[in-house]
Amino acid sequence: MSAVTTGRAPATAPRTGRRRRRANGTQIARYVILVVMLILLAGPLLWQLSLSLKGPGDDLYAQPPELLPGDPTFTNYADVMDQIPVLRFVLNSVKVTALVVGGNVVLCTLAGFALGRLKWRLRPVATGVFVIALLVPLEAIIISQFLLVRSMNLTDTLLGAALPMLVTPLNVLLMRNAFIGIPDELEEAAVIDGATVWQRFWRICAPQVKGMISVVAIFSFVGAWNDFLWPLIVLSSEDNYTLTVGLNYLRGTFYNDPRLIAAGTIIALIPVIIFFVALQRYFIKGLEQGGIKG
Amino acid sequence: MSSLTAPRKGTVEGIPRRRLHDWRKPRWFVPLLFSGGALAIVLVMTIFPFFNTLILSFTDATMLRPGHFTGIDNFVQLWGDARFTRALFNSTLYVFCVVPFMVVLPLILASVSAGDGKFMGFFRTSFYLPVVMGAVAGGLIWTNLLDSRGLVNGVLSWLNVISEPVPFLTDRWLILISAMVVTAWMGMGYYMVIYLAALANIDTTLYDAASVDGAGPVRRFISVTMPGVRNTMALIAMFSSVAAFRVFSEVYILTDSSGGPGGNAMTMTMLIQREGTGLQAQTGYAGAISLVMFAILAVLLALQLTVQNRQEKDA
Repeated sequence: MSAVTTGRAPATAPRTGRRRRRANGTQIARYVILVVMLILLAGPLLWQLSLSLKGPGDDLYAQPPELLPGDPTFTNYADVMDQIPVLRFVLNSVKVTALVVGGNVVLCTLAGFALGRLKWRLRPVATGVFVIALLVPLEAIIISQFLLVRSMNLTDTLLGAALPMLVTPLNVLLMRNAFIGIPDELEEAAVIDGATVWQRFWRICAPQVKGMISVVAIFSFVGAWNDFLWPLIVLSSEDNYTLTVGLNYLRGTFYNDPRLIAAGTIIALIPVIIFFVALQRYFIKGLEQGGIKG
Repeated sequence: MSSLTAPRKGTVEGIPRRRLHDWRKPRWFVPLLFSGGALAIVLVMTIFPFFNTLILSFTDATMLRPGHFTGIDNFVQLWGDARFTRALFNSTLYVFCVVPFMVVLPLILASVSAGDGKFMGFFRTSFYLPVVMGAVAGGLIWTNLLDSRGLVNGVLSWLNVISEPVPFLTDRWLILISAMVVTAWMGMGYYMVIYLAALANIDTTLYDAASVDGAGPVRRFISVTMPGVRNTMALIAMFSSVAAFRVFSEVYILTDSSGGPGGNAMTMTMLIQREGTGLQAQTGYAGAISLVMFAILAVLLALQLTVQNRQEKDA
């Protein structure tokens, strides 16, 4: 975060008159690039929002294209919810995401503590397991994962959809590194006071790594919410579809009406955008701390 | 990565060494209670499936029966399978086309949006937005934009650039290019944030010195910014090439699961999904494709770790 707030812009403002004129030119060029990129990166979302609000009185294919709906309406949203069980998909996604976030926060924090702060003979082996798992790409094992989940009779269940992501090796290693960063003195004081291992974990060490725990939680949330390939493979009945899998069928169902596709997309995006806007500074911080280790 | 294996020794003056040694070493089962859950899930859900894929790829297993050992038959068959070579080609092409954009554009984005200037926070947040939206929602948004009657074709024909709509979503090559645009659109903000962190580490006096020497903004970008983030650029090249090779959702959504006309625009992951799922699935054959994919990604990852280690040594 500090990088974002305190980092100085490469275009610094010189002091003398002639330089300032050139600096102003630089500033103008800078804002031109910013606005063009804003249109390219945020524009598509705005267009989708506008499409989703356009009513029967709007010509979708007007020339020139119109950004603002002339006949705004919410009926597209109602239509989508009538025709496909969007809220059910949302609920399923919430359940899977809750399992994944819970699993990662609890299990990765516990394992990170054992790897980072306890001494045991098998520790290098356990660390090695997580490092090797980190290097295995999901796509390369997805068929075997499916066969495994099928043998557990968990296909087409939400637990099955959450299972492979319940513990992400990267998160274990991030937590381990966070725990290693805690100074020994803190724990030694607790040992002298007679604290048990659990007390050292819960009272002393876990509060020190809250930042990393929130990073793990946020990235697990976004990862689980947006996951597509695995739920597509493992979920087969419409009742169990998560939002991404359900959305995938939007295109086939509403092929002729982009307004309905747009409304469906916006419904799907509302939760994740609210989540992002509320926690955006953690996203940036998390990327700086953890993303680089991916 | 080197820090992962760094040993740790706790010593504090005044406390006997043996006692310190003891408190770090709990009874034998305690570490297992802490790490057992995560360890079990990773062993069962990642390590076991990996070895299973290895075995699977040398059998003629299908979704309904386990199959027999067939040696390297699957791999021989792969070599002659036009769909496989096409998927391999498409995924490789994807890497070569996407990576340059991912390395350069986010750096420009980071340079112009760094600092506390007016609205900068707003710009950065907006640039990051596509990252959290995910490939499915992003793919649907771009499906609407690139449709034969979508906004892009609408604007182009309004400007009289084209007379016929451009078949962004139905032409074998244009599908891939469209998917690359979606990938780049989604990745831009992610890599921008990584660059922002790297930019903050550049000594600002270098910019002042360059200005005094008469360097303009473009010259400063090339002579100060780019050398300053050289390592990060290498790292992002590796990141984005691994990600690009694994591409699935964008192509799947844009082509409405078909992989383009005749499946010509299919990528490696799409082929694995297509071959390995459903009742007719040839899981052994899909396992062989997976193994090839793993081998290629392993090479890319090994490169990535080398670059990362070198960077940590520099830092």
